[in-house]
Amino acid sequence: MTDLADLSIAEAGRQLRAGDITSIDLWEATVTRIAYTEPHLHAFLTVDRDGARAAAHAADAAFKAGEDAGPLQGIPIALKDNMCTKGLATTASSRMLEGWVPPYDGTAVAKLRAGGAVLVGKTNLDEFAMGSSTENSAFGTSRNPWDTNRVPGGSSGGSAGSVAAGAAMGAFGSDTGGSIRQPAALCGVVGMKPTYGLVSRYGLIAFASSLDQIGPFARSVEDAALLLEGVAGHDIHDATSYRGEYPTFSDGLDLGVKGLRVGIVKELMVDAIDSEIRSASRAMADKLADAGADVVEVSLPSSEYALSAYYLIAPAECSANLARLDGVRYGNRVPADTTDEMMAKTRAAGFGPEVIRRILLGTYALSAGYYDAFYGQAQRVRTLVRQDFAKAYEHTDVLISPTTPTTAFEIGAKTDDPIAMYYSDVCTIPSNLAGDPSISVPVGLDTQGLPIGFQIMAPALGESTLFRAAAEVERLAEFTARPLLAVSKETV
Amino acid sequence: MPVDIDIAKVAHLARIDLSAEELAQYGAQLSVILEYAERVSSLPTEGVEPTSHPLPATNAFRPDVVTPSLTNEEALAMAPEAEDGYFRVPRILGEP
Amino acid sequence: MAEWEAVIGIETHVELQTKSKMFCGCAVAFGEAPNTNTCPVCLALPGAIPVPNEEAIEGIVKIGTALDSTINKDSLFYRKNYFYPDLPKNYQISQYTFPVCEFGKLDIMVDGEPFTVGITRVHMEEDTGKSRHVGEGGRIHDASHSLLDFNRSGVPLVEVVTEPDIRTAEQARAYGAELQRIVRTLGVSDARLEEGSMRFDANVSVRRGPDAEFGTRTETKNVNSLRSLQRAITFEIDRQIRVLEEGGEIIQETRHWNEGKGVTISMRIKEESEDYRYFQEPDMLPLEIDEEWQQRVKANQPELPAQKRARYVGLGTDTHTAELLADDPALGGLFDEAVGAGADAKQAGIWLTQEVVAYLRREEKTLSATALSAEHVAELATMVAAGDLSSTASKDVLNGVLAGEGTPREIAESRDLIQISDSGFLDTEVDAVIADNAGAFEKLVAGDMKMIGFFVGQVMKRTGGKADPRLVSEMVRTKVQG
Ligand SMILES: [Zn+2]
Repeated sequence: MTDLADLSIAEAGRQLRAGDITSIDLWEATVTRIAYTEPHLHAFLTVDRDGARAAAHAADAAFKAGEDAGPLQGIPIALKDNMCTKGLATTASSRMLEGWVPPYDGTAVAKLRAGGAVLVGKTNLDEFAMGSSTENSAFGTSRNPWDTNRVPGGSSGGSAGSVAAGAAMGAFGSDTGGSIRQPAALCGVVGMKPTYGLVSRYGLIAFASSLDQIGPFARSVEDAALLLEGVAGHDIHDATSYRGEYPTFSDGLDLGVKGLRVGIVKELMVDAIDSEIRSASRAMADKLADAGADVVEVSLPSSEYALSAYYLIAPAECSANLARLDGVRYGNRVPADTTDEMMAKTRAAGFGPEVIRRILLGTYALSAGYYDAFYGQAQRVRTLVRQDFAKAYEHTDVLISPTTPTTAFEIGAKTDDPIAMYYSDVCTIPSNLAGDPSISVPVGLDTQGLPIGFQIMAPALGESTLFRAAAEVERLAEFTARPLLAVSKETV
Repeated sequence: MPVDIDIAKVAHLARIDLSAEELAQYGAQLSVILEYAERVSSLPTEGVEPTSHPLPATNAFRPDVVTPSLTNEEALAMAPEAEDGYFRVPRILGEP
Repeated sequence: MAEWEAVIGIETHVELQTKSKMFCGCAVAFGEAPNTNTCPVCLALPGAIPVPNEEAIEGIVKIGTALDSTINKDSLFYRKNYFYPDLPKNYQISQYTFPVCEFGKLDIMVDGEPFTVGITRVHMEEDTGKSRHVGEGGRIHDASHSLLDFNRSGVPLVEVVTEPDIRTAEQARAYGAELQRIVRTLGVSDARLEEGSMRFDANVSVRRGPDAEFGTRTETKNVNSLRSLQRAITFEIDRQIRVLEEGGEIIQETRHWNEGKGVTISMRIKEESEDYRYFQEPDMLPLEIDEEWQQRVKANQPELPAQKRARYVGLGTDTHTAELLADDPALGGLFDEAVGAGADAKQAGIWLTQEVVAYLRREEKTLSATALSAEHVAELATMVAAGDLSSTASKDVLNGVLAGEGTPREIAESRDLIQISDSGFLDTEVDAVIADNAGAFEKLVAGDMKMIGFFVGQVMKRTGGKADPRLVSEMVRTKVQG
């Protein structure tokens, strides 16, 4: 019999509604799995045992009373620890916020609670979501369930690892330059970044406001669609939240790709991308063609500048977003004689090196005399990237590429080389700059037995098409491998 | 072309108290990153409007309606130091 | 050498009295317990983001329209980055390029002369929290520590910046006063200087005559009344001239007006221009104030103070009375209604700005707390015009009406103040008095005009003081002319 912790959300939902299992059963399977995997993975910063148990009970009571708040009712879900949860510590993996308990729920969190989800706990991340490995967490590095000597990717590494290991049935992360899709690829799960504005950012601790989006991790494309439906929608508390109508994402999953126009991005199939990953992507492109898609090569000429532009825009915005962490109203404080000194000492002690690096970088890029050469120019490059996408979508419906240049790398391999680390996001950043939706689907393992992610991109609000293509990729990939950690627990 | 940075000034603007050694280290790292980031300037962008936002919309407002505030206790709950309902800070030097 | 000339520009911050704050739903309130009107947004908790209040945008469009500004259809919010403990985000959401309003003007009168002050820009921003300095005398430098209250954090703030057009402290004061009137007339702010809902910063420099280059300027803050605005500028002009004449140099700096000592004091020397690292606020969408919105605000604009004053003068009041009426919406409103009900404008204006104001001050009441209505004023005016009431008696009656004793006629009757102006009756009385005092009448006829008073007095005596003396006097004159 399948361990309940390994069920898909869709399947668990069916069994819950059939009365075959209870939400408490799911929670117990999950907490048992956490107890087994957590010492190896360190995916979580907080596990909310009491809160989750209470939510599971409430979900069961609701089912019993015939109340159904939707597909996430009773489902154990993990949250990246940069999503504010009322009454539950939220740290963004920073010393600065160690022990900070928000007095409010972010909108996505509030929607999940209203939808009856069982919020398992808060997952590890690179401090303030800045990084690609979780090595920048102030509270220890998370491990990849496929190989615990390797990183799970980042910044949402804890969320990716927890879902891969069965320590949550689904999870949420945030994606600013690839922070959902890259760890999803490295952990062999589905990870999706929605159209900018589709999910409210209210209550998401901001990294780069014009790029940040909350999105789901799941073990299937269908689950990812269900999770997204649970948090999407306009929010009065977020001025940048999308106000229009949008279709149900989980509806067209069976439609296949016949007649779908698919563009494989030339610039993301270059030598700098690991050859095994390139061949896996090429193979999937061929399979899509065999399945009836119209696959062509497209060019996004400005995309090679996307990474540079990103590393000016994101630090600039973060330099202001993180200014509020000053030791005055909340968070840790280093005592000093004057407030000015107190702030400067608090910030020096509270932020880790990568965060300091980016704050300094952003401060410099915005300062007088450099604004136009750096920030201004980066914003113009952003326009060019958007124009490239628009041109490509004139004759394609979705674009495809590898998700990452490499599979999971060893802990410590890139910590001394910021640029090499930044390069982890080379394939994912263009979608963030454009504000478009994008998804990573696992398509196989490399020769080291590590998962390979395949990225699909669509134009803004093209989520339906994106999920439709992703579901077909999932079927064609027949990726059924599970990390050793999630399998070997059965022998314990 | 290596980028010349007045790193002490930048650290002061960002209110981060760094030692001379740290300043030198961050200065060197920033210089490398900026050299890479400066690639953006090699792209001709004359006449290109900057994108500061991916949404092509305007006027997101809230109506002028009062909603509940935090209580004084909630507001101060996480304060490093509080006194008489206020947040307490050390001496403030100078005006903004 | 040419005479010294001052060059003055004023930056005014106006807090808008919307119900809720600029970017969150906390109440805009003055004088409440500290940190009771705060929330994740205005405390800048991690994860909280701003959403602009539509009513505040409406408010700035009203101000910009009243100041004859161009309302920019496309306008942007920026982040102005600087660290200060009363600024929770350590950046202020403000505007930079593309403010809501630009290129306006305000016409004022100074000593009866018209004067135009150019308005550079009017932009939208948010207020900071307040700090209290604890320890030695509450002064910032001697304080042992400070206490922060964020109730004011995020209150909508409109900044109005003038061109350096102002030349005298009197002009500056007149500008400040007129701007305050406009903001109050628009109903967007109570603009109370003493409570800080309106604040002035004065940029002052001096130069040798109108053709000379601008001198180095100082910025004077902490001006809490119109009077201190004038005093502070006067002081600063004199100080700068003195420094320059003694061969010194003016330093570009911020100065603080000390009301008690009547001096400006150096606060901070601006060594280099601030590096605020402005960039477009990514949490906010661009503002679009389209033609329809602009036209709607224009169409609904109330009568502005200058228009009102001109109208009152046109109705017959003197300039001073017109100013007093225009400055007080309650008084002005009653005046308009009374005139509409038929009262003589000149008479009504004088009653309202003199008798009524004196009564309200004496009794510490507001106009609405009295029984006085527009109909009362009109009735009173009609009685005086008809000669039923003397001008002196009208003031007594007015006070009675204010005190709620009844209508003017009721009061005049019950106090027996109605004059006899029945000319037939009075004619008989005059004749009788002349008959009784033939000698005196002869003197009058001979040209001793002093005797008119004697005859009027006699008639008043016979009628128990109720005759209309004006009418009696006229009658006696007619009799003399035969
Ligand atoms: Zn608030």
